[in-house]
Amino acid sequence: MIRFDQVGLRYDAGEEILSDLDFEIRKQSFQFLTGPSGAGKTSLLRMLFLALKPTRGSISMLGRDVATLSRRDLPSIRRRIGVVFQDFRLLDHMTTFENVALPLRVRGRSEASYRQDVVDLIEWVGLGARMNAYPATMSGGEKQRAAIARALIDQPDILLADEPTGNVDPPMARRLLRLFLELNRTGTAVVIATHDFGLMDQIGARRLVLGEGRLVIQD
Amino acid sequence: MSSRTDFSSGFQPAFDRVRTIVEARAGERQTPIVPPGNVAGRALVITVAIMTFLASLTIGAVSLVSKTAAEWQNDISREITVQVIPREGLDMDAALSSVEEVARATSGVTAAARLTDSATSRLLEPWLGGDLSLDELPVPRLVVVSIDAGAPPDFDALRTRLQSEVPEARLDDHRAWVSRLVAMASAMILTGIGVLVLVLVATTLTVVFATRGAMAGNKQIVEVLHFVGARSEFIAAQFQTHFLRMGLIGALFGGSAAVVLFWMMGLWTESNQARPEADQISALFGSFAIGWSGYLGVAFVIVLVGGLTALTSRFTVVRQLSLIDMLSPVEN
Repeated sequence: MIRFDQVGLRYDAGEEILSDLDFEIRKQSFQFLTGPSGAGKTSLLRMLFLALKPTRGSISMLGRDVATLSRRDLPSIRRRIGVVFQDFRLLDHMTTFENVALPLRVRGRSEASYRQDVVDLIEWVGLGARMNAYPATMSGGEKQRAAIARALIDQPDILLADEPTGNVDPPMARRLLRLFLELNRTGTAVVIATHDFGLMDQIGARRLVLGEGRLVIQD
Repeated sequence: MSSRTDFSSGFQPAFDRVRTIVEARAGERQTPIVPPGNVAGRALVITVAIMTFLASLTIGAVSLVSKTAAEWQNDISREITVQVIPREGLDMDAALSSVEEVARATSGVTAAARLTDSATSRLLEPWLGGDLSLDELPVPRLVVVSIDAGAPPDFDALRTRLQSEVPEARLDDHRAWVSRLVAMASAMILTGIGVLVLVLVATTLTVVFATRGAMAGNKQIVEVLHFVGARSEFIAAQFQTHFLRMGLIGALFGGSAAVVLFWMMGLWTESNQARPEADQISALFGSFAIGWSGYLGVAFVIVLVGGLTALTSRFTVVRQLSLIDMLSPVEN
């Protein structure tokens, strides 16, 4: 589904911060992306999300060589990728329902056509009682789950989550992990960027470990 | 007390029905993607209103000056004067009658009448006092000749004929005065247009910067929409519509305030015509009406400011999006 071949990345004229990345993210796979702070996890995620170009090597994304993509092609590919940001990025003037429904709304769909799907998903992430709450009144865990629901609403092929448990307590972290596993069972590939070893130790999933600019895969 | 209870209970079902309908409608309406009001938005509306007010005032003033200048020019070109200079032994009455006859006999002249003794005395009163006797002083006398502005007479031929009949007659067609007045009026109009251009440039810049300031607070919304897969056109359209509405509201307020101000000035000069202050304004600006060109100008400014606000927001969104994608793999 996503393939990196000899990918290298550097900012400006500095040294490469990521070198010789060779890996594949397969359909319906589940993996952690880990490494110490500053190892380049966020940069790698940004490349996975087409927000950053590699300075060398090639990336194949959902069957397309990204070097051949035009700017106009990006939205349709991004719609197949769900992203959960570390800082949630919910819109403050919208309720949970409206934030979760946003990806469908920007695709031009009528509210009647997606209302039930959105309600079901919000209940699935355990926010049924917070359907009409605004982000300012929600806890970190609630915002995180709303952000996850927003990333999932259009059934993406792959979900990228940047430190999804960074702002929540251990019980909530376990609950979120169960949510990701359940999602993975329904067919979505999942990449979770984290340096929370406690979280990773709970399941024996594949680990992509970044260190000193290189990637080691622990299957 | 019981009648009050009956009253409310009688209306309660209808009230509930209305409330249900209103709530249902409100439920159907989606929250706008761009939040409707914040401090920056309100500041933008106020800035737009003030700048539109100033630009509209300038347009109204330029339109008023140009209309008044044209009127002055018309009034003055409808009249010429013939001056008869007194000389020892000249029969002034006979000379004035000859001048009147020659003038009336000329085609293009609609009337000719001497300035009466009393009118001449009044004219000279500020310089020579109230008890002036025209017989005692060799005062030049005037014949006012009204001419058809559409088909004026041949002034040179008239001058020659007058001098052959009355050598003491001097025709003044006000040409020097009119040309000076036209030059002054043109200078005023040019200055007005210059000021208008400056005000419009200042309005444009203020509106552009105020819009960009208001857009800065919406950067996160642009990014979120971008990352949930919204197309650039969709994002730009959301902001463009929102800012067009804000720009038009501000511009309508400012433009309307200027029109109302002109209208009130017109009313004031009309209702105070006898008073010296209003007389002064009437003498300068006539009816103090800015005319259709003034109203058209104000409408133009409103549309211009609304459009500028919308376009600036669009360009800002497009620039923000290109910055987000600056490092994208397709940037090459």
